[in-house]
Amino acid sequence: MKRRLRDVPWAVVMLLPSVVLIAVWTVYPLVKAVQNGHLRCDVTGTKCVDAGWGRYWDVFISAEFQHSLGVSLKLMALTVPAGLVLGVGLAVLADKHLRGIGVFRTIFSSTVATSVAVASLVWFVLLQPQIGVFADLFSGWFPVLKNPGLLNDPGTALLAVAFSSIWANLGFTFIIVTAALQSVPRDLYESAYVDGAGNVRRFTNVTLPMIAPTLLFVTVVLTTRALQTYGEIALLTSGGPNPEKSTTTIPYLIYGRNSIISGDLGTKSAAAVLLFVLSLALALVQFRGLDKRVHYGR
Amino acid sequence: MAQVRLDHISKTFASGDEAVHAVDDVTLEIEHHEFMILLGPSGCGKSTLLRMVAGLEDPTAGDVYIGDRRVNDVAPKERDIAMVFQSYALYPHKTVAANIEFPLKVRGVSKSERAAEAVRAAEVLGLEHHLKRKPGQLSGGQRQRVALARAIVRNPAVFLMDEPLSNLDAKLRGDTRAELVDLHRRIDSTFIYVTHDQVEAMTMGSRVAVLNEGKLQQVGTPQEVYDRPATAFVAQFIGTPPMNLLPAGMWGSETVQVGIRPEHLRLVPGGPLHAVVRQVEHLGHEVLLFADANGTRLVSRLDPTSFLPEVGDPVAFDAEPGRLHRFDPESGERIE
Repeated sequence: MKRRLRDVPWAVVMLLPSVVLIAVWTVYPLVKAVQNGHLRCDVTGTKCVDAGWGRYWDVFISAEFQHSLGVSLKLMALTVPAGLVLGVGLAVLADKHLRGIGVFRTIFSSTVATSVAVASLVWFVLLQPQIGVFADLFSGWFPVLKNPGLLNDPGTALLAVAFSSIWANLGFTFIIVTAALQSVPRDLYESAYVDGAGNVRRFTNVTLPMIAPTLLFVTVVLTTRALQTYGEIALLTSGGPNPEKSTTTIPYLIYGRNSIISGDLGTKSAAAVLLFVLSLALALVQFRGLDKRVHYGR
Repeated sequence: MAQVRLDHISKTFASGDEAVHAVDDVTLEIEHHEFMILLGPSGCGKSTLLRMVAGLEDPTAGDVYIGDRRVNDVAPKERDIAMVFQSYALYPHKTVAANIEFPLKVRGVSKSERAAEAVRAAEVLGLEHHLKRKPGQLSGGQRQRVALARAIVRNPAVFLMDEPLSNLDAKLRGDTRAELVDLHRRIDSTFIYVTHDQVEAMTMGSRVAVLNEGKLQQVGTPQEVYDRPATAFVAQFIGTPPMNLLPAGMWGSETVQVGIRPEHLRLVPGGPLHAVVRQVEHLGHEVLLFADANGTRLVSRLDPTSFLPEVGDPVAFDAEPGRLHRFDPESGERIE
């Protein structure tokens, strides 16, 4: 006990850097955002009054927020399942002991080292209606690629953003799932093989259950990332095409240059807090719901 | 007719630019309902041999027969075999019952029949109260029995086991040895069992095949292998402590290596083998006397009630008549 007390000053010193960083860059902004969320401001954004907790409900049911919520959820539905299936598929393909497989592993994981800005720029060029490769190659089958362009058509803009987003996240999923696959004991596959299980049954009875904890983790991360999608939107569509605002996700509504609330600190703060609550709730649902079916360890 | 026949089997692995001969021209016949032990040090090729019978490895040369069928190109599931792995390879997310049922499920056996068969197999191994548990909730010995139950549930013609006891503690290993022998008696399957543990080989096998560096050294009953080792390697590998091997010229002819089991090396005043005592180990029921004869280490197994010399004493040994083993110092093969 005495020893413990003696260690306290040192413990405080050691913890201080982390505590300061978390306090200044996480706790303070969160508290400030929650406070600012109470504010209702006039058109110029200079005069604000405290409207209390009810302000959150007002923002939540506003047409703008509801629209962005729909866009964000749609983007999530487009990117998470597809990203998961593609990432797992590539990881399973690359999990073979073949000559030169390292080259493919490097290629498949390369997007993890690609910034959102670079990824968006690449896709912007590829999808460009006049000079883009996709328009040149496939506009015969899909005229929308040329006119008005995938990013400029209100019906396809979100899909195009989703492509870019899925691609950019693929490297992350691939690396994590590859690591999980390599930790599955070979004996389990061999045993299933001797017992007569084919490729599909080995995948469903051995691979999937053994990497389930990893898949849960990846799902939560991809969901959170989908809800926080901002960079791709800002660079590819600026929330448009307008007036449909087809790609105005909640983060774009909050930060976006062309956002209708861009001058309104109170509403922006309220929307940010609502996004935080939504992400937290979804993560909790995923852990609660999937945890029961996930088997950890031996 | 042999249940399993290996005909000039070889397996070569490429390791960098070198070729490693894991199994080198092994021919072996295993009879129906035999308990055949593949014994050897690690890296001797015994597991590779077993995996070729299972169909997990393809032989580089030679043929594998199960029953009267050549199975080189037959998938494992068509070979009528079951395999128990060293790690047990249980599915951690499945219950004991689901683990045992798995081979039947793969074969499309109906749910009710599967459950009944699983219960039957579980009863054979005393697992009937653990069917609803997951492997993680079981002890090492219980997990091992689940792996066995999963193997017997299919009624395979041949059981393949790859060091199934090596993850158990010594006490449990002893008990499980007896259980496995009992299981073998009760079911009508052929057992092929890989181990590096000569005690398992001696106590369980109806015959033992000793391998070293990919080559088959000797096949015989445990007693035959112990009494008449075919090579100097077998002579030293089987028996604890191992047989004394005297360099050529130390005893008799210059061209013969002589081997004497510790229990046949007697303290005889005026005996032909002179040595100095280095260590005396009292094991209760016996005493092991370690001595040095001009740089050759000798060990003798003695009765604790007999006269015992002290460390540093000069002693003389003689071998019991008719208990000498002679080997060619070049090839290591036995000379009669």
